[in-house]
Amino acid sequence: MNLKLPAPVSFAAGLAPALAAGWLLFPRLLYEEVPQPLPFSHEAHAEAAGTTCDGCHALGPDGRFAGVPRVEACAGCHAEKGGSPGVDALVEGYVTPGREVPWLFAARQPDNVFFPHAPHLALAKLECARCHGPQGKSAEARPFARNRISGESRDVWGPSIVRRKANAWDGMKMADCIRCHREAGRESACLDCHK
Amino acid sequence: MEPTANPRERRHRYGMVIDLDRCTGCGACTVACSVENNVPPPPERSTERTGVVWIRVSEAQDPRPAGARSVFVPVPCQQCDDPPCEKVCPQRAVELDPKTGIVAQVAVRCLGCRYCMAACPYHARSFNWFRPEWPDGTAALLNPDVSVRQRGTVEKCSFCAGRLQAAKAKAAAAGSREIDPADYVPACVEACPSRAIVFGDLEDPSSEVARLARESESFRLLPALGTRPKVLYRSVEPWVRASLSQPEVSRG
Ligand code: HEC
Ligand code: HEC
Ligand code: HEC
Ligand code: HEC
Ligand code: HEC
Repeated sequence: MNLKLPAPVSFAAGLAPALAAGWLLFPRLLYEEVPQPLPFSHEAHAEAAGTTCDGCHALGPDGRFAGVPRVEACAGCHAEKGGSPGVDALVEGYVTPGREVPWLFAARQPDNVFFPHAPHLALAKLECARCHGPQGKSAEARPFARNRISGESRDVWGPSIVRRKANAWDGMKMADCIRCHREAGRESACLDCHK
Repeated sequence: MEPTANPRERRHRYGMVIDLDRCTGCGACTVACSVENNVPPPPERSTERTGVVWIRVSEAQDPRPAGARSVFVPVPCQQCDDPPCEKVCPQRAVELDPKTGIVAQVAVRCLGCRYCMAACPYHARSFNWFRPEWPDGTAALLNPDVSVRQRGTVEKCSFCAGRLQAAKAKAAAAGSREIDPADYVPACVEACPSRAIVFGDLEDPSSEVARLARESESFRLLPALGTRPKVLYRSVEPWVRASLSQPEVSRG
């Protein structure tokens, strides 16, 4: 059979599967989902326990940001088992033996990046949601998507493989940091953000 | 992309003056520096030429026939105002920060060509010939404020930039853009038992370091090259000042 298609048609016929593979298949191959060690609901803690963000994520006077409270802080409310399997797992696995919960942080940048929360919160007065989205209101901890090659979190690149930003917080590559810094009239040097 | 200073912030020019009459050559600065900056211990097969060191203590001899004296000279990156290493880097992995005067070596950007090492007249740069390895148990003691560099990259003293970053974050938490100078002291300065190194902001005329830098006993290594280092030395001995300004002697 000698099928002769016009050039644009055969070009499109080749391009379509290539794009499909690149955009749909590739992200699935590149990232693996890693479950969080415990189920954690921000919503439940804000509503049932009335805790505010800085009750758990506080900026210390030394300028360091305590990403998540140490397990003693959870122990105040979760000293005993009962209620839900999540609480049981927390008490049994971490509170009683005094072990820290190995949370996986989606926002985590590579090792060579220095990101201080202090200037962004105390000087620029930015909202958490500007960079993290609605995570503070979430009903469950997000599963962590890890890049199989670099080990980086997918949140650094962002959800769209072509880096289309539907929300301001989609992706936090170097260009995203610098774009916002430029909008604020700030030119940064390599050593401001790299260590 | 030339980074420009942010108009809201004061410019700084961090620098140090090392008093050679006080230096005993004990090497405490080198050790403190390696611990602070996650410089790995040299593997057994490394030699004097292949190890990594950010502040090397070398020795200079009195060149006069009758003179049997010598002097110890600690040599960190001289933090030049006109750094030759920056000009030759094909990757732009070396950058003079106009806000602080610190010459940055961006490890992730470095491809390991070592042009900068050839360009540096002070031999203040090291190449990672080996994969960094930490003896059992010590990996947990690494400083989280400084990244570990890969094999195949060049590194050098950063004036303990991690400490500056921490000091800035502390100031920011208190609502300020200016650090308290007491919060930013490099590890070598802190460690020196004879207090031979004075560190501070050369731009601030009232600082101790700026005052010492103006004195006639203070000098730079190889001033004829025009690199304008922000690391200065001082000695009351004329032969020390004279010989360290010559290329032959300071190549230790
Ligand atoms: C009871 C303690 C607690 C409170 C209160 C709390 N958080 Fe959290 N937060 C956590 C824990 C535990 C995690 C880690 C598990 C996870 O990712 O959900 C976390 C994770 C996060 C993350 C994800 C970081 C990442 O990189 O994955 C963000 C963003 C966040 N919190 C924002 C907020 C905001 C905004 C608020 C206030 C509205 C808030 N949190 C209140 C405990 C708390
Ligand atoms: C101020 C008290 C308080 C603190 C502090 C607190 N919790 Fe809770 N937590 C609660 C309450 C109340 C509930 C029950 C909410 C519900 O069942 O809807 C709860 C529920 C939970 C659950 C079960 C949710 C589920 O869906 O199964 C987990 C897991 C949990 N907390 C983890 C933590 C961790 C981890 C910390 C420490 C970072 C922490 N909590 C700190 C009050 C607190
Ligand atoms: C300017 C953007 C920005 C803002 C605003 C911001 N964050 Fe973050 N956050 C980040 C980045 C980037 C990281 C990753 C830091 C790293 O890996 O060193 C991060 C990390 C975190 C983590 C993970 C733990 C850690 O210490 O790395 C938590 C939890 C978190 N942020 C909570 C918050 C909360 C709560 C707020 C609001 C009070 C907030 N963030 C505001 C950008 C931001
Ligand atoms: C939404 C906007 C925004 C984003 C995104 C953002 N920043 Fe910033 N950042 C700012 C602003 C505004 C300041 C200046 C604060 C001030 O001094 O008023 C700042 C200041 C800083 C400083 C302090 C600068 C100094 O001179 O010490 C560092 C470091 C920094 N940002 C790093 C980062 C990094 C790394 C990222 C990306 C992971 C990032 N920022 C993302 C807005 C942003
Ligand atoms: C505003 C903060 C900021 C500044 C300024 C900055 N970087 Fe980055 N850089 C980042 C962040 C965040 C990452 C990690 C995320 C990523 O891969 O983009 C990064 C990653 C990188 C990477 C790795 C990129 C990759 O795709 O793996 C290189 C190389 C790099 N930076 C070099 C530099 C150099 C050289 C300078 C100075 C000219 C510089 N950076 C200035 C924030 C910054």
